[in-house]
Amino acid sequence: MTPATLYGICAAALVAIGLFGLILHPTPLRKVISFNLIGSGTFLLFGIAARRGAAAGFLGDPIPQAMVITGIVVAFAATALAVALLLRMLEAGAPTVDGSPDTPDDLSP
Amino acid sequence: MMQHATTPGGWLLVLALMLPVVGMLAIFALGQRRAERIAFATLAAGLATALAVAVAVGRSGRAVTYLIGGWQPPLGIALQADGLSAVLMVMTAVILCAVGVFARGSFSSPPDGAETRRPFVFWTLFLGLWSALNTVWLAQDLFSLFVALELLTFSAVPLVSLDGSRETLRAALRYLLFALAGSVFYLLGTGLIYGAYGTMDIATLHQVVRADWATSLALGLMIVGLMAKAALFPLHLWLPPAHAGAPAAASAVLSALVVKAPFVLILRLWFDVAAQPAPALAGAMLAGLGAASILFCSIMALRQARLKLMIAYSTVAQVGYLFLVFPLVMGSAALDPWASVGWTGGVLQLVSHAFAKAAMFLAAGLIAEALGHDRIADLGGAAKVLPVTVAAFALAGLSLMGLPPAGGFIAKLMLLTASVETANWWIAATILAGGILAATYVFRVVGSALAEPPERMVFAAIPRSRELAVLALALIALALGFLPLQPFDYLAIGRGGMP
Repeated sequence: MTPATLYGICAAALVAIGLFGLILHPTPLRKVISFNLIGSGTFLLFGIAARRGAAAGFLGDPIPQAMVITGIVVAFAATALAVALLLRMLEAGAPTVDGSPDTPDDLSP
Repeated sequence: MMQHATTPGGWLLVLALMLPVVGMLAIFALGQRRAERIAFATLAAGLATALAVAVAVGRSGRAVTYLIGGWQPPLGIALQADGLSAVLMVMTAVILCAVGVFARGSFSSPPDGAETRRPFVFWTLFLGLWSALNTVWLAQDLFSLFVALELLTFSAVPLVSLDGSRETLRAALRYLLFALAGSVFYLLGTGLIYGAYGTMDIATLHQVVRADWATSLALGLMIVGLMAKAALFPLHLWLPPAHAGAPAAASAVLSALVVKAPFVLILRLWFDVAAQPAPALAGAMLAGLGAASILFCSIMALRQARLKLMIAYSTVAQVGYLFLVFPLVMGSAALDPWASVGWTGGVLQLVSHAFAKAAMFLAAGLIAEALGHDRIADLGGAAKVLPVTVAAFALAGLSLMGLPPAGGFIAKLMLLTASVETANWWIAATILAGGILAATYVFRVVGSALAEPPERMVFAAIPRSRELAVLALALIALALGFLPLQPFDYLAIGRGGMP
C-alpha cells in the first residue's frame, strides 16, 4: 500500500464519518462539527492530489496546497458563522444547542 | 491549450466585481448613517457597468475577457462575459436596483441621524451579495466559482435572520447547514477533478475531459452539492422557512437571484465541462427531480395559509422547471446545445421567473406592511388599499402560470415545444400540470385580495415609489413575453468560442 492510497482511505473515512454525523445527528452543534470532518477529508484529498501531481524536482504541486489554504479559511469562516447563529439562538431562548434529540430545537428535517 | 487574451472593455468585468465591494467598504469607513446613500450610488454605477458589458458583448459579437494580472489560465484566473453572463448581469443589476428602491422604505436610517444596526447590516450584505453573484456569472475556473458560491452563502444567510427572532435564526442555521453540505461536496468534486486533470480552468477541461468513472463521480458529487444549494426536491427543505422568514426585500433577492447561481453552475458543468454527450440517464434523473419539485411543491404552495410561505414553495416549483432542460437539450437535433429551443426556454424561464418572483415577494411585503399580516384567507380589501401592488402581484402570477403575454408563457411554450420535439411526453404533461397548479394558487390569493374588506379596516399608508418599484419588476416580467419564439443569437455569443 502506497502512502497515497493510505491517505486516500483516511480521507474517504473522514468524509464518511462526517456525512454520517451531518445526516443522522439531530443537534446543530454536532452537525457543524460533522461538516468540519467532511472538510478535513476533502482537504486531505487535495494534499494527495498535490503529492501525486508533483512535477520533476518538486516535492508537491503548489496549486492544490494554495487551494487548501483558501478552503480552510472558508470552512473556518463558515464554522464561525454557524456558531454565532447558534449563540444567538441560545440568547433568543433555545433550550440548548447540544441537548438530547427530543428537545424541540433539533434541526433534523 | 486554449489561449485567452484580455479583450477591449475587459476592465468593465473587474469593475462589476469591485464596485459593490468598494461600496461595502465605504459604508464601513464613512459611517453607518450614510449607508443607503452609498448603496444607491453603487447601485447606479453597477447598473451602468452591467449595461456597458452587455453592449460590449453585443457590439463585438464575442465574449469579453479579462486576465487578472495578465496571467494565462490554467495558472492565472480569467473573467469572461459571454452572452449568457451578460444577460444574467443585467438581470441582477435591474432587480437589485428595484429592490433597493423598495428597501429604502424598510431599511433607511432614522432622520434624526442616530446610527442603527439594521440598515447598516442590510445594505452591506446586499452589496456583498451583488459582488458574489457577479463573480458566479463571470468566473471561469471551478475553484473561483467555489469561492464565489461561499461568498454568496455568507451574504445570504445573515439576510434571512435580520429579524433576530428564534424562528428566523433556526431557518438561517438550517439554510447554512444545507449550503455548507452542498459546498463541501462541490469542493470534494473539484479535488477529484484536479487530481485527474491537473487544471480547474473550464475551457481547458472542456478539451481534455474523458468520460471515465472518476470524472463522472466528481461531476456527480458537484451536481448533488449544487442541487442542495438550488433547493431541488428532495433537498428543498431549507428554502420555504428561510425565504418566508426573511424581510421582504431580502426574500425577493434570495428567491429571484441567489437560488439561480447554483443552477447556472450546474448548466456550465453539464454543457461546458462534462464529456459530450452526457449520459441520458443522468439527464432524465435531474429532470425527474425537477418534475417532482414542480408537482410536490405546487401542491404544498396550495396548502399554505401564509402568503410568503406560499410564494417560497412556488419558488421551489419554478426552479424545478429549470432542471427539465437537460433531457430536452440532449435529445434535440441542434448542433450546439445553446442553439436548441430547450436551452433558450430554460434561460428565459430563469430570467422571467427572477423578475416575476422578485415582484411577488415585494408585493407580499407591501401587503403585509399595509394590513399587518399575510394570512391569505383574510386579505379582503387589499386590492382597495393597494391597487397597484395587487395588480403587480397578478401580473407576476401570469408569468408563473405561463399565460400569454407574460415572459413565463414564452419560456414554458419553448420548453413544451422542445419536449414534444424530443418525444419526452412526461415532461410535457408535467409542464401543463404545473401551469394549472400555479394558476390555482395565484388565483386563490388574487381572489382573496379582491374580496370585500371587513367593516372597520385598519391599514398603514405605503409610499407610491415602493409600489411603483414592484410594478416595474412585474411589467418587465410581462414584457419578456414579447420576445420572438426562437433561440436568440445574443445568448450564443461567446459560447461558440468554447472549443
